[in-house]
Amino acid sequence: MTISIDPQKTNNESLQPKGWLRYFSFSLDHKVIGIQYLVCGFLFYLIGGTLASAIRIELASPMSDFMPRDVYNQVLTLHGTIMIFLWIVPVVNGAFGNYLIPFYVGARDMAFPRLNAVAFWLIPPSGLMLVASYFVEGAAQAGWTAYPPLSITTPQSGQIIWILSVLLLGGSSIFGGINFIATIIKLRRPGLKLMQLPMYCWAMLGTSLLVVLSTPVLAGTLILLSFDIIANTGFFNPVLGGNVVVYQHLFWFYSHPAVYIMVLPAFGLVSEILPVHARKPLFGYTTMVFSIMGIVVLGLVVWAHHMFTSGTPPWMRLFFTIATAFIAVPTGIKFFNWVATLWGGKISINSAMLFSCGFIINFVFGGITGVALAQVPFDIHVHDTYFVVAHFHYIVYGGTVFIIFSSIYHWFPKVTGKMLNEKLGILHFIITFIGFNLCFAPQHWLGLNGMPRRVAEYDPQFQFVNQISSLGALLMAISTIPFLINVFLSVRNGKNAGDNPWNALTPEWLTSSPPPVENWEGEAPLVEEPYGYGKEISEQK
Amino acid sequence: MTTLDSSKEIQKNNSEVNETHEDFRMFGLITFLIADGMTFAGFFAAYLTYKAVNPLPDGAIYELELPIPTLNTILLLVSSATFHKAGKALLKDKNSDSQKWLFFTAFLGIIFLICQLFEYFHLPFGLTDNLFASTFYALTGFHGLHVTLGTLMILIIAWQSRINGGRLTSQNIFPLEAVELYWHFVDGIWVVLFIILYLL
Repeated sequence: MTISIDPQKTNNESLQPKGWLRYFSFSLDHKVIGIQYLVCGFLFYLIGGTLASAIRIELASPMSDFMPRDVYNQVLTLHGTIMIFLWIVPVVNGAFGNYLIPFYVGARDMAFPRLNAVAFWLIPPSGLMLVASYFVEGAAQAGWTAYPPLSITTPQSGQIIWILSVLLLGGSSIFGGINFIATIIKLRRPGLKLMQLPMYCWAMLGTSLLVVLSTPVLAGTLILLSFDIIANTGFFNPVLGGNVVVYQHLFWFYSHPAVYIMVLPAFGLVSEILPVHARKPLFGYTTMVFSIMGIVVLGLVVWAHHMFTSGTPPWMRLFFTIATAFIAVPTGIKFFNWVATLWGGKISINSAMLFSCGFIINFVFGGITGVALAQVPFDIHVHDTYFVVAHFHYIVYGGTVFIIFSSIYHWFPKVTGKMLNEKLGILHFIITFIGFNLCFAPQHWLGLNGMPRRVAEYDPQFQFVNQISSLGALLMAISTIPFLINVFLSVRNGKNAGDNPWNALTPEWLTSSPPPVENWEGEAPLVEEPYGYGKEISEQK
Repeated sequence: MTTLDSSKEIQKNNSEVNETHEDFRMFGLITFLIADGMTFAGFFAAYLTYKAVNPLPDGAIYELELPIPTLNTILLLVSSATFHKAGKALLKDKNSDSQKWLFFTAFLGIIFLICQLFEYFHLPFGLTDNLFASTFYALTGFHGLHVTLGTLMILIIAWQSRINGGRLTSQNIFPLEAVELYWHFVDGIWVVLFIILYLL
């Protein structure tokens, strides 16, 4: 059965608000929704960043003098939750996915535009609810993991609002995932084969599979946890005969794949950016596809490596150590493919390229500490110390957030039709890169020497290294300023970009900048070689 | 930021081209049901783990009787068959037959819910009595929520399959097929739940 697109309907939909008002409406245009995700996510990034600064100010001295200890717990919980569920997951999936995937598959919109808008509009209310919970009876204090029995014994209202908020965000994520799977598999332009898709499509397909398979488990777990808090049941309460380790298993069944949900799309985006600015085809397309799918499969069976100190039996430790170590193989393949893509290329040193290279450097470092953490003897030594904090931030900040900035520099000309200022962009990169490494590299040392995470006070011998780390955090906070100035100036007075300022070959550059509603005038182009650099461009067309 | 003046051209274009694409609503629904099934999988995994590692404390009561759930299993299996009948009738343009089968299916769903409530009221344990009691109510309750939603949807499509003014016809059969798939899914979950909770 086929559905014909009724011209009458398309007319009705263009009756939606025009101009900037569109961004505050229930718009069905995938490009508008993508920008909504991005801007909304960035606002929450600023909130989460402020909270991170508060954490680093507190940790500049060994005593808890900047804020009381329970407020510190609330701040770190909100920081983690906001950064993961309201900044990285919505932006790296929702924002770039919505903006780019329909172009890449040669469609006029996502498969289910209304579901798409619903998925976005679940985010602002749940985010505001989460932030507002601080002003009720205090926000949740149990960290972004909400481990019971801590989450059961801390004040209830904040924890319940946290659960509701995460449930809504999970729903949004699942709706988005369903939409991406249907768009990539079913909405491809006739004649476009799966193995001709740009790499970001594969990354989003893998990510969406993880979202659809694992997020519902988190939802179910949080429903049980809320029963424990409100209805006095004992699923995870040892006093009432429950079992806390079951919570940890169910939680990490989602939350380990969640790391891949945060980082796989970044892998896809960097695979789009590097070939354009190095003027070379993406190295090893097929191996790239198989490593993404390999990571998806392995990512679902490694969750218990977060639980080596939770009384896991030896066979479980053995299995999960080996499975986790295996993930290094596909990830390593991807890393070497990126380096090989750069090798001998005609590299332009611009902000997008610099952030992508920064990503590669940081990610290798985070990957190596990841393999180290998978080894049980080492993990038991550094469990719940700053080593884990450092590793995690090298993956999600040094990895994903660097790629988010890289992508903003890369696609800003497409979205607005204006170029960003390169000097400010390079300044942004330098401050971010130095600040980031200054902030998180010393934390490896702190962790190895036994400084526990999530505690407001620490042994005074760690003060100097903590102050270095806080200085790095200050630089990271400052780095946002040139970026914001750059965006505001460029939107108003930026140099006109033209349709294809980078001479890129992926489909989104073959339409006008900014793209028209419904993406193409006339039929969507068939791009069989999205990475065919080094050949005559006329050959492509 | 998008050039809106060009949107007019696109509209003109669309009315000329009138593009078509495959109907993938069913594909989306199946993806959603896989996600929904994973929620149940999480619950089942939790229940089975509890069963393996958390012994029932001394003096705690957790006993289930078989007659009502067996009746419920039969009710749901029969309702799956009657729903299928409704779809077949609609395809043959026998709208009133289809409507009768749909109402009958919804009736079976309501009986199921009544039996479930009856069982709840006569069980010797409550929600917070012990771990297994809690898990029992969470699992059957979550499934009961699915049955309630399914029954409401069946009533809606039954109303839509009326002869005068109903939107459900043999040409527009997707709503019926979607609810039917959902209903079969809920029945399948019940069978798994019945085996795990009552028989194991």
